[in-house]
Amino acid sequence: MSPINYVYLAALLFTIGAAGVLIRRNAIVVFMCIELMLNASNLALVAFSRMHGNLDGQIMAFFVMVVAAAEVVVGLAIIVMLYRARHSASVDDASLMKL
Amino acid sequence: MSTFPLLTTTAVVPAVGAIATAATPAAKRTAAKWLALLFSLATLVLAAVVLARFDPGGGRYQLTESHSWIADFGVRYELGVDGIGAVLIALTALLVPFVIGAGWHDAEPAEGAQETGRRWRPTQGFFALILAVEAMVVISFAATDVFLFYLFFEAMLIPMYFLIGGFGDRAHAAGEDEGAKQRSYAAVKFLLYNLAGGLLMLAALIGLYVVSADQLGEGTFSLQQLTQARADGELTMATNTERLLFLGFFVAFAIKAPLWPLHTWLPNAMGEATAPVAVLITAVVDKVGTFAMLRFCLGLFPGASEWATPVVLVLALVSILYGALLAVGQRDIKRLIAYASISHFGFIILGVFAMTSQGQGGATLYMVFHGISTAALMLVAGFLISRRGSRLIADYGGVQKVAPVLAGTFLVGGLATLSLPGLAPFVSEFLVLVGTFSRYPAAGIVATAGIILAALYVLLLYQRTMTGPLVKAEVKAIPDLKVRELAVVAPLIALLIVLGVYPKPLTSVVNPAVEHSLSDVQKNDPRPDHPVAEHGGASTDKTDHRGGEHE
Amino acid sequence: MESLIGLLVGAPLLGAAVLLVGGRRLDRVGHWLASALAAVSFVLGAVLFAELLGRSTDDRTLHSHLFSWVPVEGFQADVAFQLDQLSMVFVLLITGVGTLIHLYSIGYMEHDERRRRFFGYLNLFLAAMLLLVLADNYLLLYVGWEGVGLASYLLIGFWQHKPTAAAAAKKAFLVNRVGDAGLAIAIFLMFTTFGSFAIAPVAEAAGEAGQGTLTAIGLMLLLAACGKSAQVPLQSWLGDAMEGPTPVSALIHAATMVTAGVYLITRSGALFNAAPDAQTVVVVVGAVTLLFGALVGCAKDDIKKALAGSTMSQIGYMILAAGLGPIGYAFAIMHLVTHGFFKAGLFLGAGSVMHGMNDEVDMRRYGGLRKYMPVTFVTFGLGYLAIIGFPYLSGFFSKDQIIEAAFAKGGTQGWILGAVTLLGAAITAYYMTRVMLMTFFGEKRWKPDAEGNMPHPHESPKTMTIPMVVLAFGSVFAGGLFKLNDSFVHWLEPVVSLEHGHSPVSAGTVTAATIVALVLGVGAAWLQYGRRPVPAEAPRGSLLTRAARRDLLQDDFNHVVLVRGGEHLTRSLVYLDGKVVDGAVNGVAAGFGGLSGRLRRLQNGFARSYAVSMFGGAAVLVAATLLMRAV
Repeated sequence: MSPINYVYLAALLFTIGAAGVLIRRNAIVVFMCIELMLNASNLALVAFSRMHGNLDGQIMAFFVMVVAAAEVVVGLAIIVMLYRARHSASVDDASLMKL
Repeated sequence: MSTFPLLTTTAVVPAVGAIATAATPAAKRTAAKWLALLFSLATLVLAAVVLARFDPGGGRYQLTESHSWIADFGVRYELGVDGIGAVLIALTALLVPFVIGAGWHDAEPAEGAQETGRRWRPTQGFFALILAVEAMVVISFAATDVFLFYLFFEAMLIPMYFLIGGFGDRAHAAGEDEGAKQRSYAAVKFLLYNLAGGLLMLAALIGLYVVSADQLGEGTFSLQQLTQARADGELTMATNTERLLFLGFFVAFAIKAPLWPLHTWLPNAMGEATAPVAVLITAVVDKVGTFAMLRFCLGLFPGASEWATPVVLVLALVSILYGALLAVGQRDIKRLIAYASISHFGFIILGVFAMTSQGQGGATLYMVFHGISTAALMLVAGFLISRRGSRLIADYGGVQKVAPVLAGTFLVGGLATLSLPGLAPFVSEFLVLVGTFSRYPAAGIVATAGIILAALYVLLLYQRTMTGPLVKAEVKAIPDLKVRELAVVAPLIALLIVLGVYPKPLTSVVNPAVEHSLSDVQKNDPRPDHPVAEHGGASTDKTDHRGGEHE
Repeated sequence: MESLIGLLVGAPLLGAAVLLVGGRRLDRVGHWLASALAAVSFVLGAVLFAELLGRSTDDRTLHSHLFSWVPVEGFQADVAFQLDQLSMVFVLLITGVGTLIHLYSIGYMEHDERRRRFFGYLNLFLAAMLLLVLADNYLLLYVGWEGVGLASYLLIGFWQHKPTAAAAAKKAFLVNRVGDAGLAIAIFLMFTTFGSFAIAPVAEAAGEAGQGTLTAIGLMLLLAACGKSAQVPLQSWLGDAMEGPTPVSALIHAATMVTAGVYLITRSGALFNAAPDAQTVVVVVGAVTLLFGALVGCAKDDIKKALAGSTMSQIGYMILAAGLGPIGYAFAIMHLVTHGFFKAGLFLGAGSVMHGMNDEVDMRRYGGLRKYMPVTFVTFGLGYLAIIGFPYLSGFFSKDQIIEAAFAKGGTQGWILGAVTLLGAAITAYYMTRVMLMTFFGEKRWKPDAEGNMPHPHESPKTMTIPMVVLAFGSVFAGGLFKLNDSFVHWLEPVVSLEHGHSPVSAGTVTAATIVALVLGVGAAWLQYGRRPVPAEAPRGSLLTRAARRDLLQDDFNHVVLVRGGEHLTRSLVYLDGKVVDGAVNGVAAGFGGLSGRLRRLQNGFARSYAVSMFGGAAVLVAATLLMRAV
């Protein structure tokens, strides 16, 4: 199977993730969609790595995973605190960060 | 020439003083004041040494120091003074002790601040900021590296911002809250105005670096190298480039100076600040602007300076008349003095751009003498205002009856402001006028009208505040000058008289520097049409003649 | 000998410094110290006079170079003095009359708590005036010129608690400043033309300069003279200046300072001789002021203001004479000196009258004072006779010479000028007779003052009468003495380039005409004020009288045009500065503020809207990249 199909899949996953971020209000779902986008890019990186025949993309994918893990830790903590404070996990309710 | 870094020391001493004063514990306010005074006096001694060590017959820049600083961009730590810089450093060091002495009680913490346990130490802050300004001004006058100058030209704004915004007259006509609001408006206006100018200068500075890097192979900010390269023809700028760079520098200095129509920050700042801070603004900090025009605009961009001269002269004339007319129309004593200063800065800029030795020599002297005379007038006005708690002229009247010494010193300060012969400012003003007239007769005549208006605003102020019947109860309770206040004003007045009668020590220092400055722009003084020397009345003959008759 | 010149100026200067800085502890001796120093100056002047007399005629100039004042490239201003015959005359007049008036003031100011300061100012005036006449260059002269202006300001406004006095002082200084600006511009012109402004070299080189430049210099010097000497159009301050204490009016505003303009023109004779156009203007100014002052003097009921009008008019004579050139300089100075005597005497007499009349100045409330103040009456009377030109008194000789010189100008101009001076003489006789009659003769018209005290006229103390007697002697004999062998004119001849004019009418005719004018004037005044009782309230009077009472409306003109106009100008400029200049700055600031307010709306705090903009931005970037690549 041609590796190009993986790239198409990655693009599809990314689009789903992006749409989820834009459409959904629940912070947990938004967060999962962000993870989906990250993983889509991981998939693309690995696919490109395979296509170009070097390991750069795979190494990059590991970095992304580490970052994603760190992000999950911080992001989930924020969401939990937000839920405790406001009894809601809607991203639109947390709109205080504006001038 | 010894290697002792005299100029650096002169700047470091007040800087150390600022830190030491700021570090004094909250309870030791008096100690902090004395410490600040002591450091300012030490700076004065050093400045006197600078003036004494300066040899009018020596090279252009003396007491030079040069160290590599940011080698990648050709920035050097270069100091050195010509006669103009030397007298202005002396002026700065001279005035700061008086500013400190006059502001002795201007920054007491509010009642009860100690009890509530706030760690706010306004007294220490006030005097530390003054010393910090002094240090930066001294470096600005001494810097011969354009970047170094720029750095301190801008850095000065920070302590000045806090001095204007943080300390005001305790009694404000519009109430305490409104007073604080106007004060912070004035401080922000001061900061933004000057930052905007500084930004233009920064752009021009980068442009200058690019041009020099382009043509000399290696970028430099060193004034001496740049002027040398210009003189040798190694550095040539396209006409438009030179003009744009000139404008970048000039606008920054014209804001600082300030020149009409970029002057509106000054009345606000001087009106809201306490009198000693107002003196610091107009007598010391603003002089950096006019000084820099003379040193940097003319030195680096002679061609563009000549191109801009007609416009600058017109703006200077407008400043002179406009400032004076607005001073006549003011109701607030401090704003009146601010507008008078705008008029005087017009004279200074006129003298600088007249490009004659009388004009530029006069302008340099004007910077010094205006500093002293405005300090005398403003500080006495400050004493008066602190007694009555009002800046409005209409709240006074008949003060001389209850406080004759205060009125007398106020009058002398005023007479100096209107350039009465016998007092120092006359010498400089006359030189500026003669210098302007000899090249631009029309401009000279228009500027001369300024001396009539000066008499008008000074005498109106005196008439309305000091003379007339004593009717207002608050004015009746005004006490005369205290010993501390007299000690602040008397030396200034004595200096005004002494320098008015015998300005030679200053002229001999300034003259060679002016010659250099004129050679930068390649200008010669206009020759008289029918010089008396040709008719056997030459000055040398005359003195011989006199010598003969002395027997 | 030369070093004495410095001391001459230094003595009163020292007095001023000591008295003004010394403080209250000098209150008890200050007036004596000041008078002593004035006397020292006079003695020094006399010694120098003797020295000059002992020298040959063409060696009567002393120089004293003290120090270099403002040395700047190409610009040499020195503190240096030059004493020649012309300066000498002034030195003696200033220190002589000055000393007498110091003495007079001791009595006059006895009850003033600020007497020490008054004497300090008087000494300051003497120093500045001496500096003015002794300076060897125009810049130093300018210092003295403004110095006397300052002293005049301080002394007019001496009673500062009176708003009128403070306003008068300010007005005097301001009007004088206009003149000063003229002098400054004259100095600029000299500097650019001759490269120097020392008096002697400029005079030597005067002929070389172009006619236009010389005329400009002359007109600027005339402007200066108009300011200081209260000549039309800058005369308006002198009447108001009478707010000052009377000794001040006598010394500064009659005998010495106001004549500085005449000195300036005479001193700059070489420049004026080479600029006939400027001379014509000088003559016109003198002639106009001569009549102007005389008319004003006729209408004033305030004794000091009547005398001030007279001063203006007499100085008009001098300026006119100085404008005539070499045929008039010496006579201008001669009239200046005799005028110094009799006018100072008249003012001191007026002061003495006021002293006895509770400071009343309205002549309509005097009357019949000759019995109560005999010394004042006699001395004032002698001064009166001198000023109207009663034969063989001082004024007769000096004024007669000027009238003769005016005719000698020649042509139509000569006839016009001669007629004007004769008319002036008649009016002088009229208004002075009026003053005399209203004050010392007729009914008592005394009124109680504001506090209800009826005046009790009495003769003044000795310190006041002695100076009056001395000045009366001068008024009577000075003219004759000067005229004796033409000694005065010969004394001045080496400095003022004397020429003898050829009058189309003989000297005898002129004298006869002068006496006729005198008789007509006195007669008219007697008909109006001597034969009939003087009304205690001023009648409405003719249009001219009413105008003359208001200084011929010149003040009203100034008020409407300059004061009101200036007020409107400054007010609109203040408005303009706030709204337009500062408004532009604040407008820019507000513009940025508004813009940022708009842009701020984009930051609405919704995470998803930020995400949209991020995706949108990324999409735009990608599209742009692809587009670039396609191109």
